[in-house]
Amino acid sequence: MAEMSGAEAFVEALKREGVETLFGVPGGAVIPICDALYDADIRFVLARHEQGAAHMADGYARASGRVGVCLATSGPGATNLVTGIATANIDSSPVVAFTGQVPTSMIGTDGFQEVDIIGVTASITKHNIQVRRPRDIPYAVKTAFHVASTGRRGVVLVDLPKDAQTDVEEIELPEHVELVGYHINPEPDERELDRAATLLAKAERPIILAGGGVVASNACRELLELAELLMAPVATTLMGKGAIPSGHPLHIGMCGMHGTWEANHLIPEADVLLAVGTRFSDRTTGRVEEFTEARIIHIDIDPSEFDKNVEASLRVRGDAKIALRGLTERLRQISKKRGEGWMRRLEKLREQRRRMEEEERGEGVKPPDLMKALRRLLPKEAIVTTEVGQCQMWAALHFDVYAPRTFLSSGGLGTMGWGFPAAIGAKAAKPQVPVVDIAGDGSFGMTENNLATAVEEKLPVIVIILNNRVLGMVAQWQRLFYGRRYFGVHLGGSPDFVKLAEAYGAIGVRPGSMEEFEEAVKVGMESETATIIDIPIDPEENVFPMVPPGRGLREILVEG
Amino acid sequence: MRMTPLNTIAFIVENRPGVLFKVSNMFRRRGYNIESITVGPLMDRSLARMTVTIEADGRALRNLIEQLRGMVEVVRVKHLNPRRMVVREMALVKLNTADPMAREEALRLVNSHHGLILDIDEDYIVAEITGSPGEIDSFLREAESIGIVELSRTGATALEKGELKL
Ligand SMILES: Cc1ncc(C[n+]2csc(CCOP(=O)(O)OP(=O)(O)O)c2C)c(N)n1
Ligand SMILES: [Mg+2]
Repeated sequence: MAEMSGAEAFVEALKREGVETLFGVPGGAVIPICDALYDADIRFVLARHEQGAAHMADGYARASGRVGVCLATSGPGATNLVTGIATANIDSSPVVAFTGQVPTSMIGTDGFQEVDIIGVTASITKHNIQVRRPRDIPYAVKTAFHVASTGRRGVVLVDLPKDAQTDVEEIELPEHVELVGYHINPEPDERELDRAATLLAKAERPIILAGGGVVASNACRELLELAELLMAPVATTLMGKGAIPSGHPLHIGMCGMHGTWEANHLIPEADVLLAVGTRFSDRTTGRVEEFTEARIIHIDIDPSEFDKNVEASLRVRGDAKIALRGLTERLRQISKKRGEGWMRRLEKLREQRRRMEEEERGEGVKPPDLMKALRRLLPKEAIVTTEVGQCQMWAALHFDVYAPRTFLSSGGLGTMGWGFPAAIGAKAAKPQVPVVDIAGDGSFGMTENNLATAVEEKLPVIVIILNNRVLGMVAQWQRLFYGRRYFGVHLGGSPDFVKLAEAYGAIGVRPGSMEEFEEAVKVGMESETATIIDIPIDPEENVFPMVPPGRGLREILVEG
Repeated sequence: MRMTPLNTIAFIVENRPGVLFKVSNMFRRRGYNIESITVGPLMDRSLARMTVTIEADGRALRNLIEQLRGMVEVVRVKHLNPRRMVVREMALVKLNTADPMAREEALRLVNSHHGLILDIDEDYIVAEITGSPGEIDSFLREAESIGIVELSRTGATALEKGELKL
């Protein structure tokens, strides 16, 4: 117990959570906090828009597995966070967002810069809290970090009225919090595991679908062990990319709307599907009725995902790592010989896909080639973030990933403008590894102002803009499904991204060949400031494979 | 006719401002069709018990229960066993009884439903009816011919029988 202001208690509580970096934009309702931060040893990364701050915290969290923290003032500062909060929460990224609020006496009066951010964010956070008094602050901070970083991770927002920051009282900093309604039990039920193991042992065509939950629970090694034991091909969701190394014989890539030839064929053909840490989003399942005939075993820490989108035969509630280990222990005795036919089927599909890729080889520099070249240039531990659209799907399909937390993308929301600030956040978490945002011109435009942050904060990320001068993914749909009636998709040639980079004090390069591209990436990796690599590409290019919206996974198109 | 049966879920929440909002906001957000929702404090006033009657079963009902369980403010949740619970609701009904015949009919009706007359004046009576939601419905159907001027229902509250407990 000590006498202090709420703001001082706030900073003390952050220190106790081990917070090293805070992303944000200040304002009237958080100046007391800024003042208390003045003497603290916490890095403040000034974003140029609060959406960027939230994405930075999110990128920091995804890259490191630690909680990302952002701060905004009340009213417009808080509402600017909203997209970032929703994006992090739907992808189960542990983020704590702090917002200033008008003094408690003014709440409800439409005071200057008052927004009911608790009401606004109730359905896009895991939990949110408005404190009323200084002594509530350390408890709220502890609660926020605990809830954000345990169970199914997510966003917790804490709203801090200004008088709660400035008032001084006796304040205790709790060691633990006791939440009557929040209990995490990571241990799966033994009988559920027994049943799941029995089903898997009988499977002739087993397949694993790995979601973001595998990455979140650091269960990648356990996943691989089980997959090898079962000889089960492993498909991933977008969030699960990295759960199994690309190039592993059992790795079959992403399934879904832009799933691979192998994954989209094998999933419907499997007889038992083990889904781990995935919520069966419609982008993953395609037409849900045709998703698979397989019996499904669903492992998830969040039981509200069971049967929400896809009905499972068996449900195992618990931590993915513990559950996978439990299954492996139970299945050790089974012979590896079985399932040879299934492996032959996989090889055949792989062969078909390779042949199709050969035939497609056209003229000029194609996005898939750029992805492959980039992979050769970057070390294995480099982190790639993506924007949203065709650029994202090219990266997901053609950029190989060897370790979890090295491929970061906005999956659930598909938020344009996410990749660049997320890359800045990832770089703040992992300054020693190269961080690259694979961007579209449209997406980058949405948060490009954070170039100032990257430059000023010396967070030298590389942005590779696949510049097709269109909102390419929308244009692709209009081309394929709407008779080329292009509407609202032409971006023209503005801005000139090389000049834009220079205006911010970053490096801008427009390579004219593959060699120049490779050179530019090397420059970017050496550079102490951000580098924008602007690559003109054909606006008519399509991303394939693609399953038309509302169709089953097998109705996969490989050309237009 | 209802396509989906009504089910009753009871749950304990933290008794704090904003909790009712969060619970009902979740129902809205997930698209659940709530028939009624009631709330009141427990003996330990830091907690409150809520009762929800909802048109959902099977997968939807299971999912709703898990959604509630997942909320930090929700302490315990239970789908009450429909064959082993008592459900009660109260309605306050104002009837137009200016016509002496109507008045007589109203008094008879309230009596036959074991209701209470809470107020009588020249033209109106206010009655209290307690019973299962179905019993209240049937009272109201009969009272309609007399003339219902105003109606306020509490929504259902429920407990399980015997040793069953939330
Ligand atoms: C914030 C936001 N607004 C709109 C969309 C809809 N949308 C999805 S992809 C896309 C085009 C993205 O264009 P660009 O960043 O240039 O990438 P490309 O598809 O051209 O590679 C749009 C507008 C979105 N996902 N996010
Ligand atoms: Mg584009």
